[in-house]
Amino acid sequence: MPSLETLVAAILFGGLTLYVLSGGADFGGGVWDIFASGPRRQAQRDTIAHAIAPIWEANHVWLIFVIVLLFMGFPKAYATISIALHIPLVLLLLGIVMRGSAFVFRTYDVREQRTRRRWAVLFAGSSVVSPVMLGVIVGAVTSGTIRVDTATGRVQTDYVSSWLGLYPFTVGLFALALFAFLAAVYLTLETDQRPLQDDFRLRALVAQAVLVLLALASLALSTTGAPMIGFRMAAAWWGLPLQLLAAAATLGTVWALWRRRFALARLLAVAEAVLILWGWALAQYPFLVAPDLTVDSAAAPPAVLAALLAAVLAGAVVLFPSLAYLYRVFKARRRTV
Amino acid sequence: METVPEWGERHPPRQWSTPVSDLLAARLLMGISLGFHIIFAVVGIGMPMLMVISEGLWLRTRQPVYLELTRRWLKGTAIMFAVGAVSGTVLSFELGLLWPYFMSYAGALIGMPFSLEGFAFFLEAIFLGIYIYGWERVTPRLHWFAGWVILVSSMISGVFVVMANAWMNAPSGFDLVDGRPVNVRPLAAMFNPAALSQVLHMTVATFIALGFAVAAVHALMLLRDPHNPFHRRAYAIALVVGGVAALVGPITGDFSAKDVAHRQPIKLAAMEAHWTTEAGAPILLGGWPDEAAEVTRYAVPVPYALSLLAFNDPTATVRGLKDWPRDERPPVGVVHWAFQVMVGIGTLLAAVAVLGAWLRWRSGRLPAQRWFLWLVILCGPLGMLAIEAGWTVTEVGRQPWIIYGIMRTADAVTPVPYLPLRLVLFTAVYVFLGIIVTVLMRQQVFQSPRGPNWPQA
Repeated sequence: MPSLETLVAAILFGGLTLYVLSGGADFGGGVWDIFASGPRRQAQRDTIAHAIAPIWEANHVWLIFVIVLLFMGFPKAYATISIALHIPLVLLLLGIVMRGSAFVFRTYDVREQRTRRRWAVLFAGSSVVSPVMLGVIVGAVTSGTIRVDTATGRVQTDYVSSWLGLYPFTVGLFALALFAFLAAVYLTLETDQRPLQDDFRLRALVAQAVLVLLALASLALSTTGAPMIGFRMAAAWWGLPLQLLAAAATLGTVWALWRRRFALARLLAVAEAVLILWGWALAQYPFLVAPDLTVDSAAAPPAVLAALLAAVLAGAVVLFPSLAYLYRVFKARRRTV
Repeated sequence: METVPEWGERHPPRQWSTPVSDLLAARLLMGISLGFHIIFAVVGIGMPMLMVISEGLWLRTRQPVYLELTRRWLKGTAIMFAVGAVSGTVLSFELGLLWPYFMSYAGALIGMPFSLEGFAFFLEAIFLGIYIYGWERVTPRLHWFAGWVILVSSMISGVFVVMANAWMNAPSGFDLVDGRPVNVRPLAAMFNPAALSQVLHMTVATFIALGFAVAAVHALMLLRDPHNPFHRRAYAIALVVGGVAALVGPITGDFSAKDVAHRQPIKLAAMEAHWTTEAGAPILLGGWPDEAAEVTRYAVPVPYALSLLAFNDPTATVRGLKDWPRDERPPVGVVHWAFQVMVGIGTLLAAVAVLGAWLRWRSGRLPAQRWFLWLVILCGPLGMLAIEAGWTVTEVGRQPWIIYGIMRTADAVTPVPYLPLRLVLFTAVYVFLGIIVTVLMRQQVFQSPRGPNWPQA
């Protein structure tokens, strides 16, 4: 039986995983809005907007969920990250604000096409900034360069060097590629028109190739950029089987996309993302902010964690049926050819 | 004199200090962020109420005008909700970006209402998606039900957030040992002594502000187009919601003030610009609090009123600001004036509600005389202004503490330098969003739809 602290950390990470799978893909949609091209350019953009519109706000709440769990369950980690990574967090926030606002402004602005296109550009641009910043923050948290005096809470940082580097930004681009990849795979199921499906299929395959390259680059750079965590990824007993599974999911996704088995491709793409994320989680554990804050040392008192757990369980009882209903209403009618 | 004997020990001051300009920038930025978000939160809670009423009337009467009304209100709400969702996200990050030491100290204590709020917000976002985009995908009854879920979950969201704020005014649910909170009881922290009065007053204020704001917009359209059935119905629904709430407002306000008088006597003293402890204290209307001389000039006193209102006894003793050392007093002028603005507006709106009800009772018709429409239009922005003023009283009135009696705001602020830059940056973002939202709302709102078979008013 895992400790209370570990359990809450696992739930927090589960929330982050769901955010990547849902909200992340909504950001990925913005990426494909930029790269919309060819004769079906407008149709691609319409499909993206149509797919995101009813669900993006609900998907976005996963991020709030993660933040709240972090500050209630691990207040010291929340405070430390907020101080040391202040600048990328501000940029992430600006991206989130602009993405959401621009998306809804584009939907409701009744002025001429040119104005709406301007909103679309802002939407797409901020859809790139936010995932990169999210990845940069992850890179910095794994890097082991954020030091904190656990007695006083004073963070030893110059606010810049822990995130402004090759390794964190490679992780940032990796996050962007992952979100774009998920979006492209999901989008193949958002239309019944074969040419449009092929557009997204091609994009999914390209994104998968880029994703693999960036994964290898991140792993290679982590040996110097995040020595402790990179080493665990390579050396722990679960390292090899996990990487083999991820590789299998990757190849499986490519195969399914190739054979136009889009529902299967979506399933495998999700598996691939989950394996990547939980591989990181295993390598990171028990550190929250390596090397000074662990799951145990940053945790709130047990009474708080128990209350949090109860709140999450009670919340889940109403949340998951509602989410399932939302997806059933808007996503169930589409099927593959 | 010991000011907060209930809690005794305090959080020890931080070992290093932050420049005053950074602290001020952080406080201003937090204030602007909250002041911006609260408008969207009010719309996000209040509009579902108006929409479930009009959609319910559509289901019952099948008059298409009610369907049209629901749909048009929903368009405006969708814009406001999205901006509210992102500006709320900013706040959940800003707590850490600006006040990390407050969060590392209190995150575990205020986390309970926030985590529950997360789920309420989830439900709100999920069913708003269904409500906006599901007209053709779910049955009319289910669609209406989705509206109810939005209303209830958004109200509960607001309740939880206010409970978390109330904890800062009435820190509880833990024991202080050497300045650190131990033996933490999250539920006791959530149901802190300030929670009930703050929650009631804010919830009522939400419906007052939203009701009058929406009624004012439709009153404006009725001036141009007096017999438009669309605007007449919209005006009626909004005025009823705002008016009923306005009649309750003074009651919850009184409850809040009495609560503050007991728990945060210094905040009450600042609200009333009351300097000297005395029995049979007067209420001071207007006036200029002179903090250096410790007197309030040019005010109109109402004898015994303060003692009576605060403690239900005209001879009760009310403590004055001079009881506390200067470095524990809030900025008196700001708090006093914000309080007067809030109370003045609340009284005015309650009076307008009574007047409207009387006009309706006397003539049996919608109170849509031109002069009354003008009165409602003038009242339109006042409800929101009163909410801003009320939160100014709550927040500035708690200074210099971020956690009342325990942690000073100056000890909570982030060590990250150049905070005024962030102030400028985010203010620019808010101004930009405010302008765009205004433009879009004008496009959506200032129209007079007509249907072929709509009944004439």
